[in-house]
Amino acid sequence: MSTTNHIGKPTSRVDGPAKVTGTARYAAEYAVPDLTYGWVISSPIAKGKITKIHADEVLALPGVLQVFSHENVPSLAWFDRSYKDQVAPGGSPFRPLHDNEIKFSQQPVALVVAENFELARYAASLLRIEYEQEKHETSLETKREDGFEPGRGKTGYMPPPPPRGNPDKAWEEAPHRMEAEYVHGAQHHNPMELFATTAEWRGEGKITAYDKTQGVYNVQQYLTKIFGLKKDDCRVVNEYMGGGFGSGLRPQYSVFLAVMAALELKRSVRLTLTRQQMFSFGHRPHTLQYLKLATNADGTLAALQHHALHETSRFEDYTENVVNWSGMLYQCDNVKLGYQLAKLDVYTPLDMRAPGAATGSIGLEIAMDEMAYEAGLDPLEFRLRNYAERDQNQDKPFSSKKLRECYHQGAAKFGWDKRTQAPGSMRDKDGKLIGWGIGGGVWDATQQKSAAKASITADGHLTVSSAAGENGTGTYTIMTQIAAETLGLPIEAVTFKLGDTDLPEAPLQGGSWTAASVGTAVKNTCEALGEKLLKLAQKLDDSPLKGAKLEDVEFVNGQIRLRSDASQAVVLRDVLQASGETKVEADSSAMPNMLKQQQYSLHSHNIVFAEVKVDEELGTVHVTRVVNAVAAGRILNLKTARSQVLGSVVWGISMALMEETVMDHKFGRYMNHNYAEYHVPVNADIHDIDVLFVEEEDDIVNPLGVKGIGEVGMLGVAAAITNAVFHATGKRVRDLPVMIDKLL
Amino acid sequence: MTQQPTNSAARAGGVAAPPPTGPVRLTINGQQHTLQLAPWTTLLDALREYLHLTGTKKGCDHGQCGACTVLVDGKRINSCLTLAVMHEDEDITTIEGLGTPETLHPLQQAFVDHDAFQCGYCTPGQICSAQGLLNEGRAHTEAEIREHMSGNVCRCGAYVGILNAVKEVVDRKSSEHRS
Ligand code: FES
Ligand code: FES
Repeated sequence: MSTTNHIGKPTSRVDGPAKVTGTARYAAEYAVPDLTYGWVISSPIAKGKITKIHADEVLALPGVLQVFSHENVPSLAWFDRSYKDQVAPGGSPFRPLHDNEIKFSQQPVALVVAENFELARYAASLLRIEYEQEKHETSLETKREDGFEPGRGKTGYMPPPPPRGNPDKAWEEAPHRMEAEYVHGAQHHNPMELFATTAEWRGEGKITAYDKTQGVYNVQQYLTKIFGLKKDDCRVVNEYMGGGFGSGLRPQYSVFLAVMAALELKRSVRLTLTRQQMFSFGHRPHTLQYLKLATNADGTLAALQHHALHETSRFEDYTENVVNWSGMLYQCDNVKLGYQLAKLDVYTPLDMRAPGAATGSIGLEIAMDEMAYEAGLDPLEFRLRNYAERDQNQDKPFSSKKLRECYHQGAAKFGWDKRTQAPGSMRDKDGKLIGWGIGGGVWDATQQKSAAKASITADGHLTVSSAAGENGTGTYTIMTQIAAETLGLPIEAVTFKLGDTDLPEAPLQGGSWTAASVGTAVKNTCEALGEKLLKLAQKLDDSPLKGAKLEDVEFVNGQIRLRSDASQAVVLRDVLQASGETKVEADSSAMPNMLKQQQYSLHSHNIVFAEVKVDEELGTVHVTRVVNAVAAGRILNLKTARSQVLGSVVWGISMALMEETVMDHKFGRYMNHNYAEYHVPVNADIHDIDVLFVEEEDDIVNPLGVKGIGEVGMLGVAAAITNAVFHATGKRVRDLPVMIDKLL
Repeated sequence: MTQQPTNSAARAGGVAAPPPTGPVRLTINGQQHTLQLAPWTTLLDALREYLHLTGTKKGCDHGQCGACTVLVDGKRINSCLTLAVMHEDEDITTIEGLGTPETLHPLQQAFVDHDAFQCGYCTPGQICSAQGLLNEGRAHTEAEIREHMSGNVCRCGAYVGILNAVKEVVDRKSSEHRS
C-alpha cells in the first residue's frame, strides 16, 4: 500500500527514551492518593493446615488496617470456573485465602495491610501462625512409576501424535543405536520487576488495577468473575512490564489480594511481592526425558522415541508440548512419543519462555549429538541427512522452512568446517580445551484473534491502540512501524497505545504471536482508516483521486497518490482540514485465515552453533562464541528482533550452565529462592553472540508474513553448549545445568 | 508448628511500637527535600514511595540485582541496602537527574542507540552504574567494562547492547581526554 518502508528497518525503540530516563511507569509506580500497603505472608510448610492465626497482636499496632486470611476473606465466587483464566490448565485453580489447607510451600496464607510500606512489612514480621503439618511429597524421582497421561485441559496443549511405523523393531535392527535419560530441575522466570499491583479504589465499588500481567483482559475477566464486578467498574492497566517470560500469563495471587483488600477496605492498596515470593507462583517443571534413537548405515534415522515425565501440582494438570517437536524436526518413519505428568505438593508449573520446546530440544538435540558420534558422523552432516521436507506429525507441507539455509549460513559464519570431530582435539593458544557444538529447534507460528482502533486528528497525528502488552519485546515500536508503513507516515506522527482494558481486545502476550496477531489487526485497522481517508479525499474540489479505488492509490509521505501517476496526489492534512472533522476513526480486527492455514504446518526454526572453552584443572566453562541462525518469516524490526534473540541466547546459556531452583525435600521448599543463589548470567558471563536472520517469505502464516521470535531463539542453545562441552572434554553431561562438579 | 515472628521484639513476647518518624533532609538531583521518615526507611523506598521518583527500581531489596543503583556523591551504591537517614547532606543523583526524554544524557542516548535493554526495568540501574564506572575511571577494555558492570543483573539478557553502549561513551570520553 505504501513505499516508505518502515517495516524491517532497525528503528530504535519508540519507548526507549521513557525507559532510559525512568519515566516509563510499571505496575507499582502509579501515584494514587490515600494509598495503603499490603504485605503477603507465605506458608513455611508444604502440606497441612493452618490451625490458628494470632491476628489480634498485630491489629493492635496503630496504622495496621487489617489482617486478611481464610478466617475473614469475603464471600466470593463459588465455582471453579470463575477462577479459571484463559490459560488455566485442567483441574481446580488455586484460590488464595480460600480455606485453612496448605497445598504448597510459600502458599500465601495472610495479607497484612497498613498505612505505609514499612509498617506493613513490620506487622507481617510479627504475625504468629500455627500449623498442623502433614507429610508432603515433592520429589519427582520417587514418582517415576506414577506418571499419567493428561487430558486436553489447557489451551495450546497437543497430546503427542500416535506412534508411526515400528519404532521398537527398527531400533533393535539398526546398526547404530543410543538411549539415554536427560534431566533438568525446576526453573523460575524471575523477571527483574517484582510482581506488583496498585489497586486504585475509585469509589462506589470501582477499581483500577495497575497490574503486572501479560494480559490485561485475562486479569479483568478473572477479577470480574471472582469479585462479581461489572467490566466497566474494573479497569486493568499495564503500560510497561519489567519482563514476563510467561510468568504473567496467568493472573497471580498478588492481583487477587490487592483488589480484594481494596474492595474490603475501600482504600487504594499497593502490593509488591518479594523476590523470595517470586518463587511461589509457577515455574518450568522439573522434567525427566528418555530418548532412544537408531540410525541406518547411510546415516538416516531408523527410529526415534522420546518420552517425558514432569511434575505438576495436586490440583491442576499443567501441560506443555515437550515431545511433539521430535516427531517433526527430522525425517523419521518409526517414531513413538510419550508424555506424562506426576502430581506433587508443589504449585502448578507455568509456561516459561519456549515452554515444552526449550525442554524437548535439550533431550532431542543432545541425543542427536550422541547419535551422530555413535554413527561416526559430523553432527551437522547428520542433521542434513535427516532433513524433514514435510511435517510428518500432521502429514502436511510446511508453509515455509528455511532451516537448511540456517544450517549453511550459520556454519559459514561460525567456521564449522574447521572443526575436528574427536572430543578433546581442539585447544586455544593458552592450552584451554575448545568445544564446538550445535543444537536447534522448531516452534509454532500462530495467530490469535485481535482488535485495534485507529484515529487520525486534523494535524495529521495518528493514534493506534490495542490492549497488547510490552514486556521488552518491542510491541510499541513494531506496531508504530506497521501503522506508519500502512498510512505512509513518519514514525514521529504515530503513537501506539497498549496495556489497558479501555482499549480494543488483544490476546495474551505470549507464544510469540503478538507480532502476527496484533500486527495484522493494526494493519487491517489502518487500511480501514485509509479507505475512509480516500473517500474524504475524493470529496475535495477537483480531487485528482476521483473514482480511484483503494488498490489504485498509495499512502506515501503524508499524501495519498495514484499508483499509476505519483504527481496525482493530495496531502492528508489538507484532506482532514477540508473535511471539517476533528478526527477520523476506524476499528477493525484480525482473525487467522483457517481455511488457508490448515493445509500447512506453520513453524519457525533455528540452529545454534556454540563454542565453549574449558579449563581442565578448574572445570570452568565459558561460552566464548555463539551464532544463532533463525528462520522466522519476515523480521519487522532488525534491532528489536536481534535483541530478542540475543536475550534468548543468554537464557540458553543460563539454562545450560547456571539456572536451577533446588528443592529441599525435607521441607518441600526451594532453597535458593533469591537472586544471589538462583544464578543467572551477568555481563562478564556473556561474550560474542551473533544473530542471523535467514530470509524466509511466507504469505500463508498471516498477511504480514511474520512468525514471531520470542521463543524460537532459545531453542537448542542449552543443547549446543552441552554438546560443545562434550566435544571439549569427552564428558557427556545429561543433567543440566552443567556445573563444575559434573566435569571434574 | 508455629510460624515464628521474624521480628525479635515479637519473639520475646511483646509487640514493640514502630519507631517514630522525624524530618530527614535529602538533596536529590540538586533539589532539597525534607521528608518525615522513620529511621527504618531505605533510601530506595524513600525515593519510590515518598518522593515518587520511581525511575530507581526494586528488583530484590537485598543488594543482589543492582536495579536500585543510584549515585551518592558520584559513587554508585545499591539504594536498597542503605537507610535514607544516613544520607543527609550528600548529593544523591538518580536516573531522573541524568537526563529527560527530550534531553538524553550521553549514556541514555547510547543505550537507546545500541538497544541496550528490552523491558527496561534494569536500565536506570545499569545507566547509573555506568555513570559510576565512568566516574571511577577504571574501565577501558571490553573485559573491564563487562567485569565492572556485573553487579547489575539484566534478566532480559541485554548484555551485548549494554557493553556496546557503555564502551561507546567510555571511548568518547578517553578520546576527548586525549585531544
Ligand atoms: S533492589 Fe537493590 S540490589 Fe536489588
Ligand atoms: S532490560 Fe529487562 S532486565 Fe534488563
